[in-house]
Amino acid sequence: MAMDESVRKAILGAVPSLRAFAISLCGNVDRADDLVQETLLRALANIDSFQPGTNMSAWLFTILRNHFRSEYRKRRREVEDSDGHYAETLKSQPEQYGQVEYREFREALSQLPQDQREALILVGASGFSYEEAANICGCAVGTIKSRVNRARTRLAELMHVNSAEDFGPDETVRAVLASGE
Amino acid sequence: MNERKPVGQENAMEAAATRKKATNKPAKLGRDVQARLGQQLRAMYDEVVNQGVPDRFNDLLDRLDNNGSKDGH
Repeated sequence: MAMDESVRKAILGAVPSLRAFAISLCGNVDRADDLVQETLLRALANIDSFQPGTNMSAWLFTILRNHFRSEYRKRRREVEDSDGHYAETLKSQPEQYGQVEYREFREALSQLPQDQREALILVGASGFSYEEAANICGCAVGTIKSRVNRARTRLAELMHVNSAEDFGPDETVRAVLASGE
Repeated sequence: MNERKPVGQENAMEAAATRKKATNKPAKLGRDVQARLGQQLRAMYDEVVNQGVPDRFNDLLDRLDNNGSKDGH
């Protein structure tokens, strides 16, 4: 099969976000890249089942998630031992955030139940709609909404945050900067 | 016409902010907190996204594409 150029573009275009999602799932950049590679191989082997005109990215995310669930979850202890690994994958923290706060956030995120974490990331970071996230996770839209809400509440609890003021003294400055984007 | 707010409004807003800080009760998440958590989540995610496509994935698709072509399809 010679690869259709539009398919190739769509697949490569989804790779950066697939990697970010994979790292959030397995907490290790090398394993995440293997996971992405296996996802692409599976996708291309089953490219006929992709419906043109539908969301290629969502399709790839579904394959990646299912593959992770079936293969990688067996190594649960390794998978759960992900604290700090995300940090290692990052060359530098985003400058606009305080280092302590950023580390606290990652730690809090790693403590969320898997279901909640993936729902939050799909909706809050990958930019999928609730409907798309529900399709990717194979559950009802209401379930995704509930997971996202619980994830946010739990994150705030873990970070001991009741209001934006608790994020730090320079929050106002940051908010102004962020709103000027 | 650069400032049309009633004079008292700013003071009222400050007072409200102070009250909010003073009670500081663990109510449901405010929009400000949700926005803040969302910013951090995206910052973390985008750090990876901004790394772009590693060579291994371009190479992988090249390899698969060439194999496919040789197969004559």
